[in-house]
Amino acid sequence: MRTGFRSDAPLLSVKGITKSFFGVRVLHGVSFELWPGEALGLLGENGSGKSTSMNILGGVHQPDGGQMSLGGRPYAPQNPREASQAGIAFIHQELNLFPNLSIEENLFITDFPRRGGVPFIDRRWMRKRARELLVEVDLDLPPTRLVGNLAQGERQLVEIAKALHADAKVLILDEPTTSLTRREVERLFSIIERLKSRGVGIIFISHALGDVMHICERMTVLRDGAVIGTDRRERLNLPTVISMMVGRSIDAIYPERITKPRPEVALRVRNLTQRGVASDISFDIHAGEVVGLSGLMGSGRSELARLIFGLDPLESGTVEVAGTQLMRPNPKASMAAGLAFLTEDRRNEGLLMEASIADNIGLTFLRRFKVGPGVVSGQALNNTASELARMVHLSTDRVQDTLAKHLSGGNQQKVVIAKWLLRRPKVFILDEPTRGIDVGAKQEVYRIINRLVEEGGAVFLISSEIEEVMGLSDRILTISKGEITGSFERSGFDREAILAAAMAPAGPQREAYT
Amino acid sequence: MLVSEAVSRKVEHDAGRSRWKAAASFVLSEYLVLALCVLYTLVMIPVVPEIITVEVWQNILSDMMPLLIVCLGQTVVLIVAGIDLSVTAVISLASVVGASVMTQSDGYLSGPLAAPGAMIAMLLVGAAVGLLNGISITRLNMPAFVVTLATTTFFGGSAIWYTTFHSTTTSIYDLPDMFISIGDRDVMGIPISVLVAAAAALVVHGILAYTILGRWLYAVGKNPRTAYVSGVPVRTTVVSAFVLSGVLAALASIVYTARMQTGTPILGERILLDVIGAVVIGGTSLFGGKGKVIWTVFGVLFLVLIDTTLKLLGASLFVIYVIKGSVILAAALVDTLRTRYLGVR
Repeated sequence: MRTGFRSDAPLLSVKGITKSFFGVRVLHGVSFELWPGEALGLLGENGSGKSTSMNILGGVHQPDGGQMSLGGRPYAPQNPREASQAGIAFIHQELNLFPNLSIEENLFITDFPRRGGVPFIDRRWMRKRARELLVEVDLDLPPTRLVGNLAQGERQLVEIAKALHADAKVLILDEPTTSLTRREVERLFSIIERLKSRGVGIIFISHALGDVMHICERMTVLRDGAVIGTDRRERLNLPTVISMMVGRSIDAIYPERITKPRPEVALRVRNLTQRGVASDISFDIHAGEVVGLSGLMGSGRSELARLIFGLDPLESGTVEVAGTQLMRPNPKASMAAGLAFLTEDRRNEGLLMEASIADNIGLTFLRRFKVGPGVVSGQALNNTASELARMVHLSTDRVQDTLAKHLSGGNQQKVVIAKWLLRRPKVFILDEPTRGIDVGAKQEVYRIINRLVEEGGAVFLISSEIEEVMGLSDRILTISKGEITGSFERSGFDREAILAAAMAPAGPQREAYT
Repeated sequence: MLVSEAVSRKVEHDAGRSRWKAAASFVLSEYLVLALCVLYTLVMIPVVPEIITVEVWQNILSDMMPLLIVCLGQTVVLIVAGIDLSVTAVISLASVVGASVMTQSDGYLSGPLAAPGAMIAMLLVGAAVGLLNGISITRLNMPAFVVTLATTTFFGGSAIWYTTFHSTTTSIYDLPDMFISIGDRDVMGIPISVLVAAAAALVVHGILAYTILGRWLYAVGKNPRTAYVSGVPVRTTVVSAFVLSGVLAALASIVYTARMQTGTPILGERILLDVIGAVVIGGTSLFGGKGKVIWTVFGVLFLVLIDTTLKLLGASLFVIYVIKGSVILAAALVDTLRTRYLGVR
């Protein structure tokens, strides 16, 4: 046994953990076990107690009651340092690396190897060891490369290498696949398999249920701070897991739409070209229609949306919204023509995290609340914001004094949607509208999309989840290397064919996908 | 655990929590600095009994006014996450340009038009420097700190150079009485300078609290990316903030110059610390997105109060600087603590 742990006893055992914050109990006796060499999926909606449980494992919080043991010995970390010394590595969604330092410096940040007893770093030894660690995670990069220059997936592998360096017995991965390309996900999974074979226990937390079902042998579902059930993968399926998570059965994940696309064109894109991003892209979206865009990460799907909305410079091509051509594409002009754009980066481009819900919602259309020259009525703004908050089923109605950063991911996304609904857009471009939000909130987003379309709006939906695109779209376009490679009508949706088209090398075909 | 025991624990817990909450809301309250001013005054009574006399407070009020006007502009600039170091140069340059226009000994204008003409020239100087700052920052993507450091040096030097063409000494004298009256005349018992400052404060407050521009300023300060994607004209908003700051610095220059009764190219040199210090003491964040006129009023009051009491105590200039520096540091610390422990900024 390379790990020194017996495989007939659990590696980590958590029994009856309770925890309260300010008198509110958030964990009601959480128990689960992790065996050496297995991956355990930890599932639950936002607020179900996943993060609190993991923070207790990682030593960030201390439990009020219950016991934990690691490798057969009692385990009660008082701080994250003790947790990592005990062999628990926590890889967060927002990675904890220093972008301005090199890979090797990040790997050894807490224990730089010294040369003898003198305070100088033994660079040669460090580089050698760093190379070994990088080989273990299949990362073929010089250890001197700055972390700031790495792709998201590569950074994650550096984090895993760091955990290996710390000799981690338990690796906790929080939403590891959300920001990775398909290929990166596959590489991550193969490394997870390798770690499993070495006896490392993996706790895998994710909203991407498909990924969890794929890599984890067992799954534990949490709801409202308690364990609803733990079972082996073979005995679970997607609908069961979802109903365990939300506490009710979800018959149709994708709600039925009662209207059909109308004949009039809402968005007409012609010959959109920008070197290295998009080449000669043409398509139409009709009023009352959802057009999905499917493509791999790096295929140009987000870039296309940014070009249409005027966020990035455009070499040539035209964009028409409901018959009006956009002359100089920029967000202001696009919005005036009737475009709305939910970007994939909610934190940095979608929301003012430090501002209230009402201020966030009002930002796109302050003129609507004008009561004098340049003067806005705060009261009118608040009233409208409250109305919109109700419409998107926001968790709170205190729109004036709740800051966006205090909302859960799903509710934050609803605020972004609400701020664009304020403009009553003719065409709503949604880039990854459900990334990182829980199943319940996802369904709410789908419901809002349907309602918008039923009222005659057009939706351009970009998502890395093929099921989502198939479930919501009337038509699907595929994009690869900045070119449209296929168009599928709803009646002809075929998962394999769509994926094949999305992965197709850009061909010579040139037609307008109307 | 018995139910009664549980209940009493809960009550205890709630009491502790509400005490904590009360303390927190006090630290967060926008009247914290005002409360500190009152406290400081009370503590100082035994040491400096003059502090509760009308004359001292008249002095405090009159010292506050020009500084407050400059600080209003700085507040707006800090809200868009900028900083304007050029205000001192604007004050100096506006002072000598205005004086050169209206001086009775060979000025560009004479007669009843001299003073109004000079004041317009001064405000234009402020607007021009502000515009230059704003455009350099937004079009050339340079950091505000460096741009305004450059313009303050450039225009500070220009002010001295300009003076050499209009005066054989270091200042320009012989300003018209009409202009000087701004510095020492009252209207219904209230000094004109106080009226000017109050009007400026009301206008800036109105802009920040009730206008589209005000909301744009906060949005850009909080996150320029999000603001841009949401259709906010980010560049125009930033330029407006710097122009406003320049104009307000020029307005302050009018009050300073009228009091000094001369146009002086080194008029603003020493107040930069006070300007940024007072705004930060008030609670406006150097990181942008947060700030209010009322906070700045209290910040200026606090700084001038300390200044005045130390002068009454006969403290040396060095001591005054050391203490002011400590107060500014403490204010920055309070801001950081607020952010860290209460998650509010």
